[in-house]
Amino acid sequence: MVSSEQIHSSQPLPGEVSKNAAGSTFAEVDDTHRIVPAIEFQDVLLAFDDRVVLNRLSFKVMKGETKIILGGSGGGKSTIIKLVLGLLKPDEGRVLVDGEDITDYDERQMMSVRKKIGMVFQEGALFDSLSVYDNVAYRLHEQGLPEDEVEPEVRRMLRFVNLEDAIDKMPSELSGGMRRRVGIARALIGDPKIVLFDEPTAGLDPPTARTICELAMKLRDLEDVSSIFVTHEMNNLDYLCSEYAVVNEEGQVVFEVEGERLCLTNSKVMMMRDGNVIFSGTDERIRKAEDPYIKKFLRGH
Amino acid sequence: MNFVTRSVFELQETTLIATRAIAGLFRRPRYISEAINQMDVIGVGSLTIILLTGFFTGGVLTLQTFPTLQFYGAQSQTGRLVAISLVRELGPVLCALMVTGRVGSAIAAELGSMTVSQQIDAMRALGTDPIKKLVAPRLLALVVTLPLLTVVADVVGIGGGGIAATTLYGLSINEFVTSVRDGISSSDIIGGVIKPICFALIISSIACYKGLSTDGGTVGVGRATTRAVVTASIVVIITDFFLARALQYILGVQN
Repeated sequence: MVSSEQIHSSQPLPGEVSKNAAGSTFAEVDDTHRIVPAIEFQDVLLAFDDRVVLNRLSFKVMKGETKIILGGSGGGKSTIIKLVLGLLKPDEGRVLVDGEDITDYDERQMMSVRKKIGMVFQEGALFDSLSVYDNVAYRLHEQGLPEDEVEPEVRRMLRFVNLEDAIDKMPSELSGGMRRRVGIARALIGDPKIVLFDEPTAGLDPPTARTICELAMKLRDLEDVSSIFVTHEMNNLDYLCSEYAVVNEEGQVVFEVEGERLCLTNSKVMMMRDGNVIFSGTDERIRKAEDPYIKKFLRGH
Repeated sequence: MNFVTRSVFELQETTLIATRAIAGLFRRPRYISEAINQMDVIGVGSLTIILLTGFFTGGVLTLQTFPTLQFYGAQSQTGRLVAISLVRELGPVLCALMVTGRVGSAIAAELGSMTVSQQIDAMRALGTDPIKKLVAPRLLALVVTLPLLTVVADVVGIGGGGIAATTLYGLSINEFVTSVRDGISSSDIIGGVIKPICFALIISSIACYKGLSTDGGTVGVGRATTRAVVTASIVVIITDFFLARALQYILGVQN
């Protein structure tokens, strides 16, 4: 395993992350602050008219953990993300973000909570009228930061997603995968400690989907980011639960497969069906599950 | 939801959006450059259609009323009739309808597209209140520019009426201008500016509400745009009646 000294002594390279990257993941395990879950749902019930979308849902996402939420369309996966962001309010139950009960927060109170959270939307949801630079810089511009502080940050984030060359382009000039990556860069500006991914690889070719998953792994393993990764694609599960990002001796970010050296414990899987959690645990356990729906979902037939 | 329940619900939501947008104008961050940009798009951008509408409406008023007035020997009062009609009614209402068609539809379509492509959710997720960022500047821009456009339409309309009266019917320009000055009072002008302010609030809040409540993809955007224009136009015309009556009462305009 790479020591934190080696990581800190390495030169920053394209694709590398913030200054405190990497060291945190292994060093902060005993920190009492980490006992507080990054996201917690307590008995959350949500219904639209007569249709129950989330049925008494309870789960936790711990600090530095990635919760992969699997399930078919209409199972309530994206609704969870909207509840975390306060875009929807639960009918019953509580939603806690970083230990703060946000259930009864009004729109103005939610604005300060949302500043801690990065959100990657399904299609990128880039602002059409703004360039890639302005899209990524959006949060910083809104905070009124001077341009000489904004530009290095935007360039750092675009380097992280390998899109620095596209800085002056408009969203309409980008491919689907590039739009998602700009969406990730926009979500990560300001270094949020919670990142929500809403089907970020849907409709992308396998190599691009792999790139998106690698970005999520880099955030998890090198940036100590807690995240919810909503998906219905099984290769996402394979990547996120069996590989991890480390910085090698040359200072480059590489991905290694878990095995004898390390077993990943910071990725958990939850499966939803019709608003109910039908599985919660590790990827090893879900692969051995006997539930016919889960078996069919994993095999695809 | 039946028609009545839906109408009451929409009225409530539209009013809430307008109230929050107005409150947002007084709280930081203020999007002044966005509001100025909208004034340019809405105000300057609508100038051509307002000039044409005003000019030809004034002209056709003269065209239609001059023969009747001549029958009663009152052709010298043509300017008075054109001016009162334009300043009190046709200027504000026609301007509002033209702006609803041009600007209301654009607002609903723009916000509708942003809603269906999750840009509004993204904005909220990035810590920005879309009501303050998108609705408030558009509302302010319309409230500022619609009265100005109405005044422009009134002036150009009276000019159009004057040109029609002198060129087609041989009325002297002095006679026309004198009857215009005799005809309109300060109450007419005040009423003629109050109305577009109310119409601007109606158009902007309905268009923004319809845009932000869009669902159903690109088809939904088209539906939202149509509904915004139809609803705003009808509400403008209905409100005009009650406003006219209220202004008659408040400003004492009777004759």
